[in-house]
Amino acid sequence: MRNSNARIGFFTIIAAFMLAIMPLPNWAVDFRPDWVTLVLIYWAMALPASIGVTIAWMVGLMVDVSHGAVLGQHALGLVIVIYVIHAQHQRLRVASLLQQGIVIFVLLFVQQLISLWVSGIMGQAPDNWLYFMPSLTGALLWPWVYIILRDLRRKFGFRARY
Amino acid sequence: MQTLFLQGPAVTLRMIILVIASIVLMTVDHRWNHLEIVRSTLSHLLYPLQYTIDLPIRLYYWADETLSTHQSLLDDNRRLEDLHLQTRVQLQKLDILEKENDRLRDLLSATPKLGEKLLIAEIINVDVDPFRQLIVINKGSNDNVYKGQAIIDAQGVMGQITHVNALSSMAMLITDASHALPVQIDRTGLRAVAFGTGKIDFLDLRHMPHNADIRKGDKLITSGLGGRFPTNYPVAIITHVERPPGESFARVRAEPLALLDQSREVLLLWHNEPEQATLTEETDAGNHEKQ
Repeated sequence: MRNSNARIGFFTIIAAFMLAIMPLPNWAVDFRPDWVTLVLIYWAMALPASIGVTIAWMVGLMVDVSHGAVLGQHALGLVIVIYVIHAQHQRLRVASLLQQGIVIFVLLFVQQLISLWVSGIMGQAPDNWLYFMPSLTGALLWPWVYIILRDLRRKFGFRARY
Repeated sequence: MQTLFLQGPAVTLRMIILVIASIVLMTVDHRWNHLEIVRSTLSHLLYPLQYTIDLPIRLYYWADETLSTHQSLLDDNRRLEDLHLQTRVQLQKLDILEKENDRLRDLLSATPKLGEKLLIAEIINVDVDPFRQLIVINKGSNDNVYKGQAIIDAQGVMGQITHVNALSSMAMLITDASHALPVQIDRTGLRAVAFGTGKIDFLDLRHMPHNADIRKGDKLITSGLGGRFPTNYPVAIITHVERPPGESFARVRAEPLALLDQSREVLLLWHNEPEQATLTEETDAGNHEKQ
């Protein structure tokens, strides 16, 4: 069970990466949610024993490479987000999707703030409020991400048991 | 056995260690070049994904080419042959001029002209970071691409390589907010630095005095200062000159000539700059190994 869960987790993270680098029309680029973080949040909530801060950190480094950012920029934010999710996963699991969405908005916002702070130090800070748009779209899309990933997990993850 | 409470000092400790590790990594990566090897290793894992994303677009172009009609191919061919003829006529003149220039340089015992080599690379269609102007191209260290190398297209300078992997590399466009390009004005020879703005369609010429001889429509070319870019490649056209009386510098904007968001192919440029051996620490160690 653990193995097939890990496999489905791995595939969804890969899929999130592909969504993150897929070319979008110019008007849509600013609204692209941070798919990788959303998927990782789900798995950290559902399987905190297997998806922890270390995996989040490694995934974050991959995000840095794909963004051409300085190594550690996204990893730092992701570690902190996943740590909070880890600490609160039991509470979050029983919360409604709306409440989860609010928490996730705050977490995504904090993550972007950390990233913004780092790019500010590098002198590459964007001067545009649209920068925070992915937090909003990410939180709005959270219910769908949650339901899709939950169904995937139930369909493929627990097949051995049920 | 899955325990009910995972939370404990172990997770917190790990989080703190990873946060410190991230900060250390960022510092090292920003200041030195020791982490290029880590980056290029990780990008090996990323390359298949980028390739897969790019594949449908590649297929589209391929299908477009394969399924185009005989007539349109003939038309294309005729058009290109005409163009070829025209450019060859122009080149004849240029050839003679270049020889003459060489002879004159010889007479003046000036430094010989620099040889240049070109390679065509394709842009891999992936989105990088919406607030930065970066592109991924499909040539890497296997083709001797090096960090800091200039990339151009048929119209002008596009940018420079920032990270080199084996099969792909990442390049920063001249419009990226952290890019600055030494230029000079074609008409007067006045030198300036063109800063990227983060917007794809204009560059900023900062610190130009009010009395600088700049006009709308002036062409900017690379000055070659700094050693990164070869000299005399077109960069941009001045679109906007304003001299606000209260400020100490003029406001000058220029529009890049290269089709930064439309090109599908870019040219990688090798120029054997004589000063390159004496460049300061700014050029990375990998650069020197490639020479």
